[in-house]
Amino acid sequence: MKTLYDILDWPGTKWLFIVLALVMPLASLLTWAERRQSAMMQDRLGPNRANIGPVKIMGILHFVADAVKMIFKEDVIPANVHKGLFTLAPILALAPVLIAFCIIPFGPTIYPHVYTQTLDTYALATQPQNAMFADSIRLQMFQVDFGLIFYFAVLTLANYGGTIAGWASYNKWALLGGLRSSSQMMSYEVAMGMALMGAFLVTGSLEPGFIASHGASDSMSGSNPLNWLWLWQPVGLILFFTAAIAETKRAPFDIPEGEPEIIGYFVEYSGMRWGIFFLAEFIEIVFISSVIATVFFGGWQVPFLDADGFRVGGYVDQVNHISVGGWFRPLPHAIVTGLQFAAFGLKVILLCWFQLMIRWTLPRFRADQLMHLGWKLLLPLSLANIMVTALIKLLFMGGS
Amino acid sequence: MSASHHEEETHDMGLKVLSTSTIHPRVRTVQVSRPEAQDTTFLAATAKGLGVTLKHFARNLFLPMKKLAKRNAAGAPTDETWRNEIETVQYPEEKVTYPERFRGLHRLTLREDGNVRCVACMCCPTVCPAHCITIIPAETDDKGIEKKPAIFEIDELRCVVCGLCVEACPCDAIRMDTGMHARPVEDRADAIETRETMMGRGVRSIAVQGGEGPDWRAHGHEVTKTDVNR
Ligand code: SF4
Ligand code: SF4
Repeated sequence: MKTLYDILDWPGTKWLFIVLALVMPLASLLTWAERRQSAMMQDRLGPNRANIGPVKIMGILHFVADAVKMIFKEDVIPANVHKGLFTLAPILALAPVLIAFCIIPFGPTIYPHVYTQTLDTYALATQPQNAMFADSIRLQMFQVDFGLIFYFAVLTLANYGGTIAGWASYNKWALLGGLRSSSQMMSYEVAMGMALMGAFLVTGSLEPGFIASHGASDSMSGSNPLNWLWLWQPVGLILFFTAAIAETKRAPFDIPEGEPEIIGYFVEYSGMRWGIFFLAEFIEIVFISSVIATVFFGGWQVPFLDADGFRVGGYVDQVNHISVGGWFRPLPHAIVTGLQFAAFGLKVILLCWFQLMIRWTLPRFRADQLMHLGWKLLLPLSLANIMVTALIKLLFMGGS
Repeated sequence: MSASHHEEETHDMGLKVLSTSTIHPRVRTVQVSRPEAQDTTFLAATAKGLGVTLKHFARNLFLPMKKLAKRNAAGAPTDETWRNEIETVQYPEEKVTYPERFRGLHRLTLREDGNVRCVACMCCPTVCPAHCITIIPAETDDKGIEKKPAIFEIDELRCVVCGLCVEACPCDAIRMDTGMHARPVEDRADAIETRETMMGRGVRSIAVQGGEGPDWRAHGHEVTKTDVNR
């Protein structure tokens, strides 16, 4: 029994779980959802016919057909390409995104021995060594104080994927696309990091799990939607969202690719190699949604659902940092954790949907407009956001 | 400064000329119109655009489909308020009705007795710009008709669907009003339409033979040159 929990709590297991149960299905479904959604927005129906025999759920199986097609397509490697780098580039694009997922808390901590009972939060706060709380499984792979920094550091590596693909392709247009890709990523990374600094100032932590479970204010419970950072950092949210969309290299910031006319860095790729770039892009959408959900929308928190059940109007006991009082409806631990995991999934799906909305609403920016927006608008605004946040924190909230 | 000069200057770049020098008309003070803040932040425009697309998305997602007839009629006013705006026709199940004068696959019209109406006059292979009609004529017993096609083939792969054969035919024997388009074939030879296939498509000509109805010979007069020419 002990080893079972150990295996479950092992980061590799969690990684496999989140990748196979959440990220991959969502990313592959997004390839279909994007086409259906864009069609709906343009008064068309979109792909709705892929089926296995009579099973035709609105054409949801199109992603299977796509995968089969891409795997069996001819893998063309043009003459003169740098074979090693050409092969490496798709992996470099995909791997960092999958690695970055390890900082995302996709659910609360599970205490398997009290699964059927209501969680005793007071006992948990005062005597965490108690046997009932043993073998806990934290639904987050990598809990470190520099979580968000880690995410920036790792995701920057994805930049190399595009640039190296352009370089290795032996194609002028691919090379130019790769250069556009790296210049865009570099410009927007700065604004992206700065936009999250405001969140750091408000919560005092860069650990996504802490931000999700505590929220902006100590006097409200983490499950209170008013305590989530969208209300406390609205400017940061908009800035981060904009920069993050630029980071995923999708319209309106799809200058590196520009499929219809200026053709981008993966012009020489075909078959599954191209498919990996494509998949990496969609996984990045899921990842950006997870980050935004975690930092700005309370992560796995369900509104007014505390660790022991629904509670409206309580207050936070400052000693043990647990929510007490108010209207209270206890729920078993299993149901609470299930709801919270589902809430995380739902938030991510909604944010993915919103990203697709933006992608199919706005036309592409020109390269100079992109740089203008990044350096002359997002960056100063995010710096101003930091200053204002810091001042408010210092003057009105005691600077703690 | 002449009037024409003034026009030319205010024209370029949307500059607003505040004053012009008396020494040279091209030396002038202008006001450059910089983009407004709401144009450079894109926020208002983005929100507006999202509103438009969201309206379409929600409408198309939640409301039932328009009736096929409405989708068929191009440019028909949408009076079905509680329907979505999707124009897609789901092809194999639903089909768009083609316009009346759509030129489809050929057919050979029939006489009242079921024989082919064509008299193998060779007008259509002569006029055909694609040279895709092959006719081998044969004699008939009917003296008034004289010839019939023993073989009548059209290579649909070469046909450019110009309709000249229909125009050229003096006796309404070939038509393109089937409303069918060329079917996909696996072999080039399968794309050649034979006499029997084309005769099998549809019915008699609405024209009446000789202008006097199916029993025109019952009137008892000999076949004359005028009759044939008629
Ligand atoms: S439609 Fe034109 S090309 Fe086709 S058979 Fe008739 S005359 Fe020839
Ligand atoms: S023009 Fe008419 S009558 Fe003459 S050969 Fe062609 S189909 Fe027959």
